[in-house]
Amino acid sequence: MTGSIEVVYRGIFQKTLGQRITRGIVLAAVKEGRVGISFGRYGDSPERNGIPAKSFAVVADNEEDLQTYLSRYEPTDNDVTVAVDDTLCKGVESWAWYGLQPINKLTRSGGVVLTTSMQSPEELLEDCHRKDTEWSLAVLKGIASFSGLWVYKDDHTDVRVLGAIARLAPHVVKLESVEAAIRDEWNDELKVTSARKAYERVEARKVRPDEGNPERPYEFQLPKWWEMKEGLVIPGIPVQQDVEGWEGGYRPGRNPTFKKFATRTMRPVVDFEICTKCTLCWLQCPDSCFDVTPTGHYDANMEACCGCGVCEAVCPVENCITMVNESAFGDNASQFEMYEKDKDTYKSWLKGKIEDKATTDRTHGFQLRGKYEEEVQEIIREVTK
Amino acid sequence: MSVSTKAAPAADQEMLISGCAAIAQALRLSDIDVVTAYPIRPYDTVMQAVAKLISNGEMDAEYIVAASEHDQFEIVKHASAVGARVFCGSSGVGWMYAMEAIAVTPALRLPMVALVGNRALDDPGAFGCEHNDALCVRDLGWMLTWVDTAQEALDTALIAYRVAEDRRIFLPCAIGADGAFLTHSEVLVKVPNKEKVDQFLPKYDRGDKMLHPDNPITIAPQVNEDWVMEIRKQNDEAMRRARGVIQEAYRDFHKIFGRQGGNPFVESYMAEDADVILFGQGTLSLPVKVGVRKLREQGHKVGFVRLRWLRPFPTPEVQETLSRAKAVGVIDRDYSFGSPNHGAVLYNEVRSALYDLPKRPHVISFVCGLGGREVTLDSVTEMSEILLKVAKTGKVEQPNYWIGVRG
Ligand code: SF4
Ligand code: SF4
Repeated sequence: MTGSIEVVYRGIFQKTLGQRITRGIVLAAVKEGRVGISFGRYGDSPERNGIPAKSFAVVADNEEDLQTYLSRYEPTDNDVTVAVDDTLCKGVESWAWYGLQPINKLTRSGGVVLTTSMQSPEELLEDCHRKDTEWSLAVLKGIASFSGLWVYKDDHTDVRVLGAIARLAPHVVKLESVEAAIRDEWNDELKVTSARKAYERVEARKVRPDEGNPERPYEFQLPKWWEMKEGLVIPGIPVQQDVEGWEGGYRPGRNPTFKKFATRTMRPVVDFEICTKCTLCWLQCPDSCFDVTPTGHYDANMEACCGCGVCEAVCPVENCITMVNESAFGDNASQFEMYEKDKDTYKSWLKGKIEDKATTDRTHGFQLRGKYEEEVQEIIREVTK
Repeated sequence: MSVSTKAAPAADQEMLISGCAAIAQALRLSDIDVVTAYPIRPYDTVMQAVAKLISNGEMDAEYIVAASEHDQFEIVKHASAVGARVFCGSSGVGWMYAMEAIAVTPALRLPMVALVGNRALDDPGAFGCEHNDALCVRDLGWMLTWVDTAQEALDTALIAYRVAEDRRIFLPCAIGADGAFLTHSEVLVKVPNKEKVDQFLPKYDRGDKMLHPDNPITIAPQVNEDWVMEIRKQNDEAMRRARGVIQEAYRDFHKIFGRQGGNPFVESYMAEDADVILFGQGTLSLPVKVGVRKLREQGHKVGFVRLRWLRPFPTPEVQETLSRAKAVGVIDRDYSFGSPNHGAVLYNEVRSALYDLPKRPHVISFVCGLGGREVTLDSVTEMSEILLKVAKTGKVEQPNYWIGVRG
């Protein structure tokens, strides 16, 4: 019997984590006398800051079955899809995928999406797109396993995911073999304990086809060879465009097929009341995300924003732009439009998001020194209680 | 540098110049805008000749001395993208050093013309002629041609711009010129007047691929794997179209200048009725033609076919000229280590082109004249005799011979 696991991770930040999980699966399968392969699919950009990328593990009873399964480029019917950052549940633009790929797209019918998160399955379901068939959602309690560039921080997420997989897909790997593989590979009994606890605690919740985010993920057609301009020439886009529904203001030119929101783990929220219209955010945003509003404010467009945080860093007015955990948002709607429609509602919405900051903040390692260590303590408390 | 151009001589002029200087004359006549220079022998005589033309006020072009061969090719690449007619060249390992820039030029559809003054790929510091340097672009989407005489070098440079800059093509073109034999030998060359050249060679018009603020485009942004195959296919189509455009260009050239008639792709010498044919490219034609004449006098039906364009490869012409013979000997001034039959590059190309014919000659690989070693009359006789024996017996004793190697 062939089993296949997909690990969706954030490029660079979780590269080693993704690889460790898929390696662990193969090592465990070998303990059962089976064979397997662990591999990554990458492009240049998907390995960059936080851009969704993937690792795969495929195990089989023998070489022939393995080869038969692998006679295509990417496994498309995974027993378990692991999202090691819960904001990936909103969909990914991964290697060689144009458009938004729902997190459960490559999960087989009846398969499981396993995500590490502090959110409840119900909250996460609002993000995960609907699927034609039944599937399950499992949440392994834990913070996003982020760390600094190129640096792997050992917070047990790898072994916890392995333990959880043994529970959710025992036909892929069994707990005993996971434990044996961990002992062999890491020689750390605490890790074995972490894996076992994850095995005991993780639970999958069945999801019906009518549950989840009803939105249709955006997609587009790749051009044929004779439709493409020769010479690697990409026509420029108009410098600025009108914004539908606005009288006045404008939007900088953007490629309509190139959206970047799947790369985002945080997003800026703007307090239009205290904004001085100094233009710094508009100038400095590397992705020209800011639509210029009829009132001369700057509205970060959430289809274009990759969540880099530059705008927050350059805004000279305290608390005017605040980066907030992406999981606190359900859509990409315009903040300015909400503000224009009802200023009071907007104010309380904004307050809620920013107040929440302390608990929903994220670490990219380099951003807040020492923060990661605090988070690891938190997760150890969570695991050992 | 900007110096006003002196009026070109009205009538054709005959000059005693080297192959490289002949190319320089072609560059003057083509009004090139940007030329880069980084010295390496034997290509460097062309850049010296260009420098001289500019300093004499006979030519007006940006002459940029680059920091390396790689920079050299990068500079002209970008100049070409903004609409400049450009020239660049190198030799041997210098050409190889520039390979990163050279390799991406076809996908960008930049019609640069480059000269490869063929030189052995060191070591041991050999300056002599060998074709492996230029052959490295064989599979990269460059058009690739070899010239035999200084006159042909001048004419081919003009033709190369015309073909490369044709909107249907927009591919770079490399001209292979045998180091020393051609680059450094001075012969009388007919240098045409500017009016004729202007009639033949239109201005470089990059159209909507022109990188300019008034034409907002991006060239070569990063794309993922999902675009590569389509890009390669586009280049393939352009290379397929090149065949027709080359024929057009030679037709017009012949009309205007009265030279370069006949088939643009191959030169056939006493091959019509030949039992055995020697096949090769570049300046080895001189000893081979003389050898063929001698053997003919002795009653042997030997002929010679010279390949002029390697990319696009003239399959119909090669099939037609070679299929009539009983045995064909491909003389390679290059080698392909570990290749089929341990043959060289041209040999394998030719054998592949002949494979589909119902009646095909035996093909023998002759590796000869590497690193500048002479292809002698004796070598020609030796090779012909091997072929005549094969033709007579119908048996190939050995697919490959190293001719003129010690030991
Ligand atoms: S976080 Fe701010 S600066 Fe960065 S892409 Fe988004 S809007 Fe632009
Ligand atoms: S940087 Fe801050 S204050 Fe300046 S325009 Fe942007 S949001 Fe307003």
